[in-house]
Amino acid sequence: MTDFVDVNTVAGELRDVFAVDMTTATGRCAHCGRTAPLADAKLYGPTPGFVLRCRGCDTVLMRMVSAPGRTWLDLSGLSFVEVVTG
Amino acid sequence: MARAAVLGRLTWRVATVVATRRETATARTVVLDVPGWPGHLAGQHADLRLTAEDGYTAVRSYSMSSVAEGDRIEVTVDEVENGEVSPYLTQVVDIGDQMEVRGPIGGWFVWRPEQTEPVQLIAGGSGIVPLMAMIRARTSAERAVPFRLLYSTRGPESLIYRDELRKPVGGLDVTYAYTRRAPEEWPGTVGRINAGTIAAATWPAAFEPTCYVCGPTGFVELATRLLVEAGHDQASIRAERFGPSGGRSS
Repeated sequence: MTDFVDVNTVAGELRDVFAVDMTTATGRCAHCGRTAPLADAKLYGPTPGFVLRCRGCDTVLMRMVSAPGRTWLDLSGLSFVEVVTG
Repeated sequence: MARAAVLGRLTWRVATVVATRRETATARTVVLDVPGWPGHLAGQHADLRLTAEDGYTAVRSYSMSSVAEGDRIEVTVDEVENGEVSPYLTQVVDIGDQMEVRGPIGGWFVWRPEQTEPVQLIAGGSGIVPLMAMIRARTSAERAVPFRLLYSTRGPESLIYRDELRKPVGGLDVTYAYTRRAPEEWPGTVGRINAGTIAAATWPAAFEPTCYVCGPTGFVELATRLLVEAGHDQASIRAERFGPSGGRSS
């Protein structure tokens, strides 16, 4: 019930990949359509990787696995992401 | 400055410990000198990277408790039982020791002095750290925005920044909630916050405050639900969850 956190925990790793702050990004769940800031979602991990789940329907929005020098991302659970670029 | 805080890749910078300050039996503030630090906003955190002699590295995130001031940043670390990094930072690290720092990180859980609406801060345990940065930023920027803080903790011995919060600050109203042990002659009850706590100690929803809730996930979920049930718009509540044990760090 309480074994999750939020996207703030991986904000630094995401900044490495996207070069913009992703905690303020808005995402739409590809399964239920819930559109909310990524900060709204539930983050599980770090083993075996980080998993971000939709607060509405629990579908996986994003998976992230980091190894030295590379990060692997599955964003297939997000039908769009809107980021603040300036 | 605000834009620079949320754009572009971050570099690891060398940081040197210049001071430490004990806050409680388990929490300590570490003051770091970070040449080239770009500044930060209240609520943001930094990633600290420690490297052992054998090359093993550990990275943990810590909220900054200080107002941006040149190359200097302060983080307050609360020791996590059986933690890998926090015992080192709270008990071992000393003036002159070095580590690497990346930041500032986070654009969501941030209070900017340009915001004019009332602010409700709700802290659970070590969740007080980024909220203290917001209180200090408000004072430093000489803003008159009304702030209320509800600070829930196990007992008076675990209050971080206790002496500073005791000093009256115009426009800041502080209420404590104790979950296990209360001070002598405490008129209130002991236990988790509930609807009564929210009704007595926080801004009414009609004031349309922006709410910042920080602490262990269980606490944040409870406080957020109570705020929504009290009429606050979900969109006006910003949260940062530290994990079930109370530490995003360990």
